[in-house]
Amino acid sequence: MNPVAIRDSYDVAIIGAGPAGLAAATLCAKGGLSTVLFDEQASVGGQIFRAIEETPVTDKRVLGASYWRGMDLTRAFRSSGAQYVPEATVWSLTPEREIGVSLHGGSVLTAARRVVICTGALERPFPIPGWTLPGVMSAGAAQILLKSAGLLPAGRTVLAGCGPLLWLIAWQYLNAGAQLSAILDTTPAGNRARALPHLLPFLFSGYFRDGMKLLRAVKREAPVIADITSLRAIGDDRVTHVEYRRGNGAAQRLAVDNLFLHQGVAPNVNLPMAVGIKHRWSDEQLCWVPVLDAYGNASIDGIAIAGDGAGIAGAEAAEWRGRLAAMAAARALGRSVPDPEETHVRDELARCLRGRPFLDALYRPARIFRQPSGDTVVCRCEETTASQIIDAIALGCPGPNQMKVFLRCGMGPCQGRLCGLTVTELIAEHRGLSPQEVGYYRLRPPVKPITVGELAALPKTDAALYAVTRM
Amino acid sequence: MFQRSQPDKAERTVTLTIDGRSVTAREGDTVAAAMLAAGIPHCRTTPISGVPRAPYCMMGVCFDCLVVVDGVGNRQGCLVRVRDGMTVELQSGKRGLP
Amino acid sequence: MDASQSSRRDIDVAVIGGGLMGSAIAWGLAKIGQRVAVLDEGDIAFRASRGNFALVWVQSKGLGLAPYSIWTMRSANAWAGFADMLRQQTGIDVGFQRPGGFNLSLSEIELEKRRTLLQAIQDQPGMERFEFEMLDRARVKQAIPRIGPEVVGASYSRFDGHCNSPRLFRALHAGMQQAGVRYLPEHRAERIEYSGGEFRLLTRQREIRAPKIVLAAGIDNARLAPMVGLDVPVRPQRGQIIVTEKTEPFLNCLVQTVRQTDEGSVMLGDSVEEAGADPSVTVPVISVLASRAVRMFPDVARLNIVRTWAALRVMTKDGFPIYDQSETCPGAFCASCHSGVTLAAAHALALAPCIAAGELPADRFAPFSSRRFHVPALAA
Repeated sequence: MNPVAIRDSYDVAIIGAGPAGLAAATLCAKGGLSTVLFDEQASVGGQIFRAIEETPVTDKRVLGASYWRGMDLTRAFRSSGAQYVPEATVWSLTPEREIGVSLHGGSVLTAARRVVICTGALERPFPIPGWTLPGVMSAGAAQILLKSAGLLPAGRTVLAGCGPLLWLIAWQYLNAGAQLSAILDTTPAGNRARALPHLLPFLFSGYFRDGMKLLRAVKREAPVIADITSLRAIGDDRVTHVEYRRGNGAAQRLAVDNLFLHQGVAPNVNLPMAVGIKHRWSDEQLCWVPVLDAYGNASIDGIAIAGDGAGIAGAEAAEWRGRLAAMAAARALGRSVPDPEETHVRDELARCLRGRPFLDALYRPARIFRQPSGDTVVCRCEETTASQIIDAIALGCPGPNQMKVFLRCGMGPCQGRLCGLTVTELIAEHRGLSPQEVGYYRLRPPVKPITVGELAALPKTDAALYAVTRM
Repeated sequence: MFQRSQPDKAERTVTLTIDGRSVTAREGDTVAAAMLAAGIPHCRTTPISGVPRAPYCMMGVCFDCLVVVDGVGNRQGCLVRVRDGMTVELQSGKRGLP
Repeated sequence: MDASQSSRRDIDVAVIGGGLMGSAIAWGLAKIGQRVAVLDEGDIAFRASRGNFALVWVQSKGLGLAPYSIWTMRSANAWAGFADMLRQQTGIDVGFQRPGGFNLSLSEIELEKRRTLLQAIQDQPGMERFEFEMLDRARVKQAIPRIGPEVVGASYSRFDGHCNSPRLFRALHAGMQQAGVRYLPEHRAERIEYSGGEFRLLTRQREIRAPKIVLAAGIDNARLAPMVGLDVPVRPQRGQIIVTEKTEPFLNCLVQTVRQTDEGSVMLGDSVEEAGADPSVTVPVISVLASRAVRMFPDVARLNIVRTWAALRVMTKDGFPIYDQSETCPGAFCASCHSGVTLAAAHALALAPCIAAGELPADRFAPFSSRRFHVPALAA
């Protein structure tokens, strides 16, 4: 038997070992369901609790309580009896819940009576001039390097963008003794006023106090330059400067060794969209979100989505959503989970969601940073630029799929993860339509690259052989 | 540019070759992290314009950290863990198929 | 319906369909001075134009209809000039090459089947010059050293070629724009009415009027044709394709089912399924595609797959194109085929001028009329 024995079928398969996946798997297994958890990374935690069981950053003050909270979840999962399969990339899921998994260079097919997709979020693209230069990296990536490898930036470091994660990484860096040259805050000036009506629920959400404390601590120690209205990374083979403007002011430059960008996160839609799960555009979060019922069940029977993949709500909400999905899965399979009580889960989830409209409004990224122009690269894989896309729109190109054929954007190995939102928004803006009307790339398996050889080694059906050989 | 924070505990290391250099990395590092820690300026050059790229997302979605690992091209450096004796080369443009 | 109706005075021909078929015809019409409007669907449509294998392929076409073989060859011969015109007009190189094509066999049975097919095509009465060769393993190996041990032989024709079909698609659209074609996306033709020598195309946005129309709407031609006294019995037929990461050139020859593009990707095809209008990729079929590709070229096993797709061919009962003109509504033409890349040159340079002239000459086009499907019924 190979080191990881994947069974032909499970009661429940959970994809992704972040907070939603860990909580869902724990509860399913406790409820007596045969449960498997596939995760692409080598260790549990997803990105938020990345490397929690093995991080070299053992001083708990550095990463903070919001990170270490993940230990309880992880422990509960480890003792739940769920099968955990790390370094396993789910590349295919059918509406009949057949699952293609790649691990250690080979692929297997398995199946589950219920599937919970917990593939989380991706950082929103931040297409500024020069964002492809070495030395420019997403702030999430910088944080992963800290959590998983204990790496701190050396030299002159600038963080730019907006959103809670930007401030969190700044705080963690300062805790670890790193120096920050500047934080370039791109939060549009008008956002505060638009967020104000949502302030009251946020005050009672539990995020307010910790958030304020963190913000104050960062602002005490790092120079924050607010009202940034343009950004450009400059350099030949590597970033050497960041150029920025404040408001309508003149361009200024800072010399940098590291530029970390972040403007929020968006659900990772590649797997659910490839299955054919219905999504809608969220104007509040400026991204695609799956259409789900109150338990996270998606438009395809037997498949649920929990965690930030269900709409951005943060790690704590992800846990509760994971539990709800697990309860629904158990119930559908004729089991029940004794505790927690569903009403308790719903109350906790409601509490976590309470502050979200405020955060969405406050940290809504500026249009200028979502809809680039000129020769700014939009598709990093195929090096398609904004002006090429805008020219193709003038040619009558109606949407992202025709755009893909005309310009190859979204055709590379990242499968649109780093350009899809930008392309949709650019087309919507230039055609005067909503992103909902414009739509998104049509996605298909494999949602992550696998080798031709591993696909070739899968079992064949007579119908498939006939379809190819006509014999 | 990155540096290692002071480790809180004695850590095991592995030695590998990256772009012809002998590099010591922490056991458990990904190839991409090891490259950044070692100051390797980029992972690959693109198959289209040939410009250099370095890791961008570190979570397996951007494909900018593609490298050649033990002769196999276009591996995602952020998803592969370092091993003793591993040879990592920069991915130069399109993948070769020797 | 808004007021922006287009009168017959500003449009000579309205083409329904903006895929490779419609845009090749529209480009060809505009090139000879016709004023053209193209009505297209939106971003999500059944577009075989986005899902083809980009072959300009001659060798296995036309068993049962010699004029189709001849038409195919004629298009392939015109392709180099067609590609030049597109490049000169738009600056886009559509990557046409005609190195000759191989079809590899993985068993003696497959090879024999292939030989029989090609011989039968050649032996048809009325065939023009068509050459092919059957190669044994040693000769294939000489030409393509990387073949795997299971390859027993191949058919080869020097007439076969390929192009970069996404760039072809964009070049046609860029060319249409430069030539003044009115391209109207998201203008699905809901209904067509004919009276007094004029066609009225009703869309949700507006009404378009034209003295001539061309149905080039792929599978949708089946719905539209009866509105103008035509019959286009076509159905969707699914094909699936795999695309790998960009790779240094390693395939020195053109192989029908394993094709390296000028950008470096390797495309692995192809399949034929009756799956209705479902354009889903299915793992069992792409697994067979992958497996056959690996048996043909073991090196391919190491490549990463970055994309797959399924698209719907526009298939007639006998597999041959339909080109027809309406008797009851003169000025209405239709064109349906599943070889929009191979035949693009013929559609642009040979079919379009006939449409502009208002008549598909019987000597060339009568064999492609859908009346061929009615003959047995009449005989019975």
